[in-house]
Amino acid sequence: MTAEINAPALSISPQGRALLRPALEWLARRAEPVVITLGAVLVGLALFSLFILAVGKSPADLYRFMYTGGFGSWFSIQNSLSRASPLLLTALCVALPARLGLVIIGGEGAVVLGGVAAAAIALPIVGLLPPIIVLVLMACAAMVIGGIWIGIAGFLRHYRGVNETISSLLLAYIAIALMNQFVEGLLRDPASLNKPSTKPLAHDYMLGNIPGMDVHWGLIIGIVACIVSWILIEMTSYGFAARIAGGNVRAAQIQGLPVGRLIAGFTAIAGSFAGLAGMIEVAAVQGSANASLAAGYGYTGILVAFLARHNPLAIIPVAILLGGINASGGLIQRRMGLPDATVLVLQGTLFIVILFGETFYGRFKIFNPDLWRRSA
Amino acid sequence: MTRLLCMNRRNFLQASAAGALASVTPGLLSSRAYAQTALTIGFIYVGPKDDYGYNQAHAEGAAVVKALPGVTVIEEENVPETVDVQKTMESMINLDGASLLFPTSFGYFDPHMLAMAAKYPDIQFRHCGGLWQADKNPMNTGSYFGYIFQGQYLNGVAAGYASKSKKIGFVAAKPIPQVLQNINAFLLGARSVDPSITCQVIFTGEWSLAVKEAEATNALIDQGADVITCHVDSPKVVVETAAGRGAFICGYHADQSPLAPAKYLTGAEWAWGNVYSDFVKKAQAGEKLGNFVRGGLKDGFVKMSPLGPGVSEASRKTFEATLAQMKAGGFSVFKGPIKDNKGNIVVTADKSFAEDAIELESMNYLVEGVVGSTA
Repeated sequence: MTAEINAPALSISPQGRALLRPALEWLARRAEPVVITLGAVLVGLALFSLFILAVGKSPADLYRFMYTGGFGSWFSIQNSLSRASPLLLTALCVALPARLGLVIIGGEGAVVLGGVAAAAIALPIVGLLPPIIVLVLMACAAMVIGGIWIGIAGFLRHYRGVNETISSLLLAYIAIALMNQFVEGLLRDPASLNKPSTKPLAHDYMLGNIPGMDVHWGLIIGIVACIVSWILIEMTSYGFAARIAGGNVRAAQIQGLPVGRLIAGFTAIAGSFAGLAGMIEVAAVQGSANASLAAGYGYTGILVAFLARHNPLAIIPVAILLGGINASGGLIQRRMGLPDATVLVLQGTLFIVILFGETFYGRFKIFNPDLWRRSA
Repeated sequence: MTRLLCMNRRNFLQASAAGALASVTPGLLSSRAYAQTALTIGFIYVGPKDDYGYNQAHAEGAAVVKALPGVTVIEEENVPETVDVQKTMESMINLDGASLLFPTSFGYFDPHMLAMAAKYPDIQFRHCGGLWQADKNPMNTGSYFGYIFQGQYLNGVAAGYASKSKKIGFVAAKPIPQVLQNINAFLLGARSVDPSITCQVIFTGEWSLAVKEAEATNALIDQGADVITCHVDSPKVVVETAAGRGAFICGYHADQSPLAPAKYLTGAEWAWGNVYSDFVKKAQAGEKLGNFVRGGLKDGFVKMSPLGPGVSEASRKTFEATLAQMKAGGFSVFKGPIKDNKGNIVVTADKSFAEDAIELESMNYLVEGVVGSTA
């Protein structure tokens, strides 16, 4: 409707229209997820405001503190980016299999085992090899272990018909138990009396900060991983085949697509990203593998991936947004006296509203490229 | 989905009533200016402030500091031992003007607090756990800790009198020295009353894992234990489960008597209010803060919950006499000869360790009479 009113107002020449048409079609197609997601976020914030009013606090104050704590200064921005960086990789662990129609929620397992593998492989070679090689080997070990771990869930799904959601979650528990076993046994640094850990990495072998920023290199690695994943899904025949299989497995099989290999490959790539997140935790933050690796990044990644609608590029802003909400959570409790659960309520509200927003896809004519093709 | 959100909670949601602050600092960025007139002190907890356990004990200490004049207290809970805690410390320094920080969880020390201490040399950091070393760590950092195994010994005395089955139980998180000290002290206390008593221990493997803690408590009671204590972050589940099964309870970390008033014998509690007040008063007077501060019952770092209705008169007398000895100083919980539960002599007959003995800090055994294994 809007288009019919608007189109005549664009008093441009027929040639201009011919040029404009594909642009409008493109815009209409791309605008739909952005507008619906933003709309859902606004509705979610409005609902959350009612909740804040109900507990007797000012939503205006709350959003002001959220802005100050998350994005209001250079310090706050760096704070948000630091918290976002592991989420980029753990969200990919959910988003990539999701394009194949798989719901993998056990990325936490790949994170902790990746961290342990990275710490373990570093132990014998630190001091013998230069730091950059040690770091690369750590990353490789973490990615292989993480890839195998989530790959198991994909393998079980395709060849044994085991539900990948359940198996990946159960594998995460096994992974945490294995981590505890290694860290408290075989790999334990005898000097770590009351907090069992592996032997700490020497400072020279740590992954440092991005120059000029107080954020470690994990952020750049995560962003690159998101871009590479986007190219993989959107620009390669491999990604195209995966999307077909995700849309309809039967159709893909009839077309002769190697569905089993796709599932194994995508879950393995997804797991390797989560494993890499574990390696970065060890190499950039903790300096050793210990129980702090199971900090919930794998689970928060699920939220990020769903909010980004499993689009690897959209993961970047969503992770930064959640990093910001997380960063401001502390300020909200310090300044407003709101309980711990407040930010949880906000996240839950956003999550539900955005999932509900999915039902609006295709409901608004303005986003229909055909409409623009006709009118423009 | 409930499960999913529960998992997120620990990571994501940090918060709770820094009630005083909201009223004291209405202006958003006035904190820097404010910091010049008042000392702003930040407390960081790894779990919820009202966990009836480790974190509540620290929050109660923070509440004591809050009541001191010229002090602004800011608090943040559920902060994981990751880059999150580093950023929380920085945020308290940069946005709230905090100049003295108490990151209270053991895992906050290395590398997180040390990294922030190097970055902010003018800010004072004091960490709970006794890890500070003069030759390694900077002078703007420090440790404080208490000999709470003295309290577990007294718990054991009360348990020894209360137990009919002569079996007592311990729900423990991890087999690390601090936990082993508590298990061993609990049994030694009970055996001081009756040498035939045994203590079954179950390790859950995690500091906070409610389901396993409940299972462990039930398993101990199924095996005949009739007095239960624990060393996990939040004893709430253990206390409520044990009381529900009719067992007596000895508390840990904080006072859990409101959860089970009839069954609660006593409890080993932290007295962080004293410790924090000392630090804060020194900071206000411009004096140098201690870098390595520790103490036990005598020094007011640790206290006992009031005795409950299940404590007999004989029990009360022995308990109070032992407590008085500990407060006077010179009472040794770990006094040779002590055998471990594999039959090896771990403390020879001529040795007797005071509570601050360095040997106790690397304890890796369970004493004779404890049923369980460290590995």
